[in-house]
Amino acid sequence: MTERVDFYARQAANRRWSWILILSFLALAGLVGLAADLFVFGSYWPGQGGVPIVSFLAVGVASLQSVEAYFNGDRTVLKSLRARPLKPMGDREERELFNVVTEMSIASGLTPPKVFVIDDPAPNAFATGRDPEHASIGVTRGLLDALDREQTQGVIAHEMGHIRNYDIRTMTLVAALLGAIILLSDWSLRGLWYGGGARRGRGSRKRGGAGILAVLAIVLLIVAPILSRLVAMAVSRQREYLADASAVEFTRNPLGLSRALEEIRSHHSALKSATRGTAHLFIHDPLERRLDSREGFWANLLSTHPPPEERIRRLKQMAYVG
Amino acid sequence: MGWIPLVLVLLVVGYVIVMFNGLVRLRNIVANAWKQIDVQLQRRHDLIPNLVEAVRGYLQYEQETLERVIQARAKAVSATGVKGKAAAEGALTMALGRLFALAENYPQLRANENMLKLQEELTTTENQIGFARQLYNDMVMRFNTKQQVFPTNLFARLMGFSPSDYFEAPVAAREVPKVDLSLRRGGSPAAPPGQTPESPPGR
Repeated sequence: MTERVDFYARQAANRRWSWILILSFLALAGLVGLAADLFVFGSYWPGQGGVPIVSFLAVGVASLQSVEAYFNGDRTVLKSLRARPLKPMGDREERELFNVVTEMSIASGLTPPKVFVIDDPAPNAFATGRDPEHASIGVTRGLLDALDREQTQGVIAHEMGHIRNYDIRTMTLVAALLGAIILLSDWSLRGLWYGGGARRGRGSRKRGGAGILAVLAIVLLIVAPILSRLVAMAVSRQREYLADASAVEFTRNPLGLSRALEEIRSHHSALKSATRGTAHLFIHDPLERRLDSREGFWANLLSTHPPPEERIRRLKQMAYVG
Repeated sequence: MGWIPLVLVLLVVGYVIVMFNGLVRLRNIVANAWKQIDVQLQRRHDLIPNLVEAVRGYLQYEQETLERVIQARAKAVSATGVKGKAAAEGALTMALGRLFALAENYPQLRANENMLKLQEELTTTENQIGFARQLYNDMVMRFNTKQQVFPTNLFARLMGFSPSDYFEAPVAAREVPKVDLSLRRGGSPAAPPGQTPESPPGR
């Protein structure tokens, strides 16, 4: 899978996989909506009119939360992380950070984002903002102290990659869809439990042969939450790999970022102000949920971030030293 | 069914319009990226007098090196033409590199707060120059590729677009400088021969 190693090929592969995953996710969402409206609530049947009202309702509710996150997301996130604005005229590290962000803005051709600092000793960094004109980057004091200039540059390049690739927006949409799927599944299973299915719905007389489909629909509704979480996490991981490859495009220096990841990984402290909701925004899982001893198939599948070893290996490949 | 050819013609016209606009945007991005390199070079020209004044007191015995930096800067400011400017900027980079290589051996200078700040500012300026050139080359690649892929290549020349040139480092800048040890005092270790001061961006 990883014979072609230059960052162009790596980015093309990541984008392809992202598309496949997102389209699968949309298809899954569509199937779940159909399952709920057709077989559970009976609000809609093809050829007999009606409207898939439950699906619309679920998407609507989930969207409301996302719209709020979309427009005010960065402010809320920054506040919950207790991030403060950078002081470029402050100490040397913060001045260096300001300069590094300027350099990466030039290399990526993007508007320089607002820079924030979190006063926490755990080394980490994050990006937020709905598009490149409204973006913010945050860095912990721990990262400024632990990483040298070259490593910091790699980390900032990774975050600028997220901004350029509209990853925050993508993951907001994915989270909204995920929310809708979970709502649909929840409502459907409650509906079945209390109402016993859409016996009184439209077209019930014509639905004799749909028995098997109804069973499949219910199975789908049960597994939908876990299945869609798996797909959503896979999308998140692909975007992380893509951000790594974008960092290489900006710095032309894969080893800077790989050394940074090695250094960050060796610090096993969790970031105090991060939560499950904000964890995916960081370059390295701030909750330290994956213990190296527990790494394995399932731990990897449910993680927002790819395993650091694999990220480092791919970066070294891009440097032709892997 | 006479509307089918009309729809096809409209689709083709629409496609050509989109293609043209895309090429116009990229051409302007390339022009902007080229000018941004000059902006960064200007920043460097402005920083150097401060640097020279900051180190003059400590480097009393390195006046020759300092003079070379001042002269290289003057030449860079007054250079004309793409090749002339590139060569002058390359020479300035080399002169600065020699200065920093020598400054490494003066512990009081290395600890001086102002010197450290200036060093950081010059480092970031050199990096920004490098990244501005990198961005220019990346945009040229995108622009040229867009003109050369099918079917745009059939129309690009007709519409007045032509491939842009990449920024190239002048040949002189790739040469390894000689470090002259004859006038140094004290016998402190000099930079080893073969060290090229034109470091790639980002270090």
